[in-house]
Amino acid sequence: MSAANGAGIADGVTVRASDALRAHHATIFAALLAAGLIAPFILYPVFLMKVMCFALFACAFNLLLGHGGLLSFGHAAYFGGASYICAHAAKAWGLTPELAILTGTAAAALLGVAIGSLAIRRQGIYFAMVTLAFAQMVYFISVQAPFTGGEDGIQAVPRGELFGLISLRSDLTLYFVVLAITLGGIIMIYRIVHSPFGQVLNAIRENEARAISLGYRVNGYKLAVFILSATFAGLAGATKAIVFQLASLTDVHWTMSGEVVLMTLIGGMGTVFGPIVGAAVIVTMQNHLATFGAWVTIMQGCIFVVCVLLFREGIVGGLARWMRRPL
Amino acid sequence: MIELIGIPPQVLFGQLLLGLINGSFYAMLSLGLAIIFGLLNIVNFAHGAQYMLGAFVAWFLLTYLGLGYWWALLLAPVIVGAFGIVLERLLISRLYRLDHLYGLLLTFGLALILQGILRNQYGMSGLPYSVPQQLAGVRNLGFMFLPDYRAWVIVASLTVCLATWFAIEKTRIGAHLRAANENPTLVGAFGINVPRMITLTYGFGVGLAAFAGVLAAPIYSVNPNMGADLIIVVFAVVVIGGMGSILGSIVTGFGLGLIEVLTKVFYPQASSVVIFVIMALVLMVKPAGLFGRAE
Repeated sequence: MSAANGAGIADGVTVRASDALRAHHATIFAALLAAGLIAPFILYPVFLMKVMCFALFACAFNLLLGHGGLLSFGHAAYFGGASYICAHAAKAWGLTPELAILTGTAAAALLGVAIGSLAIRRQGIYFAMVTLAFAQMVYFISVQAPFTGGEDGIQAVPRGELFGLISLRSDLTLYFVVLAITLGGIIMIYRIVHSPFGQVLNAIRENEARAISLGYRVNGYKLAVFILSATFAGLAGATKAIVFQLASLTDVHWTMSGEVVLMTLIGGMGTVFGPIVGAAVIVTMQNHLATFGAWVTIMQGCIFVVCVLLFREGIVGGLARWMRRPL
Repeated sequence: MIELIGIPPQVLFGQLLLGLINGSFYAMLSLGLAIIFGLLNIVNFAHGAQYMLGAFVAWFLLTYLGLGYWWALLLAPVIVGAFGIVLERLLISRLYRLDHLYGLLLTFGLALILQGILRNQYGMSGLPYSVPQQLAGVRNLGFMFLPDYRAWVIVASLTVCLATWFAIEKTRIGAHLRAANENPTLVGAFGINVPRMITLTYGFGVGLAAFAGVLAAPIYSVNPNMGADLIIVVFAVVVIGGMGSILGSIVTGFGLGLIEVLTKVFYPQASSVVIFVIMALVLMVKPAGLFGRAE
């Protein structure tokens, strides 16, 4: 009896808490938007755009790992793959930037369908190895395919005119477009996570056997979240190609897959805002340490080790525990 | 000279030899991964870096201590294996109760650190390490020329692989290992020191990677990235073979080495992706891998 009562009370609390939480998250999103609107007048817009592209990438990755419980070690394939397709579409086909970005994103989604449907046949660390291996295949194709420009990549991608009307040549104009894309993408990911679909994902992550016995088609959900994650990763990669006017092998290489894992881990896996913080930390670190060469790799390795051993909840995860509120 | 399916036989046999060599490394590395995974339940992402470390230790021994190839072959696995034991005791052993993915991430971080340090010190270009004098010769087999060193690599790798298989499947220690893999608590209750066995197994797996690294040193140039590129292919080999079986990793390792070079002969563009294509096919038909048990 008392247990049932307890559960009832707890349920009531969760419902109220979740309303409060939504308002709380909405406040943080509003603060992010405000910060995003002011930031380019204080900091260098190109740096901020880089942070935003990686923040979206990390949020997309976190959708898969933090909420689906699936560790993909090959997310560079969608990020870099989309950036190649977007760059090619903008440069060779002369598409407007929004169409080029959409083309790149769609390509990442298709790639996600192809790789995801194979990868979800294995679980756990096998899943990680399969995704890594397929990403390496995408890398080799990017090295050899006729349109990717091999070691040089696709350079001098035109930023073009948004809807054929607004020139994106100015960093500031482009900044606001990227801000809209990034925030829009992150809010969509937030909606996905907090939808009934997201609840089922959480159930699968917590106890897959139980979710199966409850009648959910677990593989369908896993595939769906894999494709969604790949798509948003592609959106981030395609946007980055327009921002830097460049698609190169760095973005498809497996070290990029490692970097996005690191961003998510250091920010806080499964948190809403963790990947954004993680991306900002890592991009800032890389910018400041760029002159030290391989020291960046060593630092990243050390952060991995420290995060895994001592700091598994990440910056935002730790903050959330301290504030007793999921962030 | 007769032509075999449009390819001069010397080219074909030369490539087949190369395939066996690559296959030796795939087999030794996936074997080490399988052993470590079997007992520690950790995918040792640092395996490639430890292989690279083996090659570097061989080079250090020669350059700073004047110890040649044979000493390196003996000492490098011991040194790198001991280093692995320290890593296991200090870091990895703290993760056994956690999700698998943390082990993967920790060893990934370790790999980055090792590669970064050596890249800082020695750059990316690679250091030369020459073939030992006793094996510098070349034999004429009539249909092809066989460098002694390459023959030695294949023989050494096969010997080590089969000896490991024998030790695990046929000896008492191997039986303990397999039992500890099934039920560590019960095996511990029989008075076997399971944590020490786990530590030594990790050391052995790492030593195996280092041994492969020393064998590789005279063939490929010794450079900080030599393991990073290899480990991903080895992961694919592991997925194809299925990590459950020791013999499976040996057979798949050599088999895929051969398939890779045959693709290079007949359709060069596909040679770097063929292993991943095979992985896709295997996942479609037999997700547990060719030699693996279903989960």
